[in-house]
Amino acid sequence: MTKNRINTIFALGLLTGLAGCTAPGPSVDYDAKLAAMLQSSFRDQGIAKLDRLKQDTSNAECSKAEGKDLPDALGKVVEAANLKTVKMPSDGKFLGDWKAGERLAQNGRGMTWSDNSVATSANGGNCYNCHQIDKAEISYGTIGPSLYNYGKIRGVTDPSSAAAKPIVDYTWGKLYNAKAYNACSTMPRFGHAGMLDETQLRHLMALLLDPKSPVNQ
Amino acid sequence: MKPLLIMTVLLASTVSAWAQTKSTADGIAEYRKMLEDGNPADLFEAKGEELWKKKRGPKNASLEQCDLGMGPGKVKGAFVQLPRYFADTNRVQDLESRLLTCMETLQGLDAAAIAKTPFGRGEQANMESFVAYVSASSRGMKISLPQVHAQEKTMYEVGKRAFFYRAGPYDFSCASCHGEDGKRIRMQDLPDLTKNPGDGVGFAAWPAYRVGNGELWGMQRRLNDCFRQQRFPFPGYASDVTIALGVYMGVNAKGAESIAPAIKR
Repeated sequence: MTKNRINTIFALGLLTGLAGCTAPGPSVDYDAKLAAMLQSSFRDQGIAKLDRLKQDTSNAECSKAEGKDLPDALGKVVEAANLKTVKMPSDGKFLGDWKAGERLAQNGRGMTWSDNSVATSANGGNCYNCHQIDKAEISYGTIGPSLYNYGKIRGVTDPSSAAAKPIVDYTWGKLYNAKAYNACSTMPRFGHAGMLDETQLRHLMALLLDPKSPVNQ
Repeated sequence: MKPLLIMTVLLASTVSAWAQTKSTADGIAEYRKMLEDGNPADLFEAKGEELWKKKRGPKNASLEQCDLGMGPGKVKGAFVQLPRYFADTNRVQDLESRLLTCMETLQGLDAAAIAKTPFGRGEQANMESFVAYVSASSRGMKISLPQVHAQEKTMYEVGKRAFFYRAGPYDFSCASCHGEDGKRIRMQDLPDLTKNPGDGVGFAAWPAYRVGNGELWGMQRRLNDCFRQQRFPFPGYASDVTIALGVYMGVNAKGAESIAPAIKR
């Protein structure tokens, strides 16, 4: 059978199919309807303004994918664009105090319309909402993977060593902009979106990577 | 029935003890059983029924002739088919937006003003009772939203897109928490709302009495707090996006048994 004949058969089948339907009418642009609906349905409240509904390319593409992975090529483009936003710590220091990190990890506050300020000092890391971290905390979420023994599993015995450098850099980047490594990651982009500052990120780094942290016992 | 306050305190302490070893779902299932004869939502339900029949508003009329989709005066079975299309308003409406229509047309109350009233105050407090009464009248029935009218189908499609719409400082969508089975936030189990999560779970469990604050929450209030935690701006009460999400969740939950008004942590 020639390609043309196959196409003709397909076309005929399609026509028959359409004729069998009740008036298909003009197709509805659901995306346009959603855009209009979002604008008419939401309003500013406190620090949560309407501009939060704007999407960058990452969010637009991942919304369209409806929970599935992006096609490989597109995923790589999105990840590369996000990786470009990652700023390494200005003084080259990656680790702070794991105790302060634990407090931040416990703190689920920040950025809602019932919070007063968008300053980083008003924000927690929300980590336990989605991750197991210190095993002593039994109230943890499961949307993200367990981070218990995060540094130990990865063989980090001295975070300042050359051997640990790739893991340290990756972990900083993951906290700063999780979409740099997984285009449609569920994890917020804490550094990129301005939710946590360098000092706060250092504390979370210590919680995950400091050999003295309860995470690595 | 025991006094409400004592019951609430008892529940709160029991739940926190359970939290050590059991998932929230186990805990809730157990204390729901304990409360079969005394869900505090019953109080809201009773008040709702009384208010339903009471003549109120500038027109001094009751809500007894309200058409919730099955014809004027028919309450039983209406809830499990909402949101649906209504010809008189030419739009798809959920329970709360339909109640606003009835309060305005039958009683002469100002629907826009009620929609702007903060939760739990004025007519919004009455709304808690109305949603308890109407949902309780369909308790044990199966969720079955019509997908017949073009607007009902459109609302499903737009609702699906709203469900997956990522934005805000955290990049969250509804699907960030409710797109997979078996996930939790802290100890709180999260239903997968992209499919039927089962009898009395997710869409089929709201409205619900919240033990933590002693309030009765309808779906509008539930969604409002979801959007707050999603770090989104504020969704208008009975706004189209909330109704579209109701259609999406409700159609997905087809066949699930409604236990509303349920009892929640």
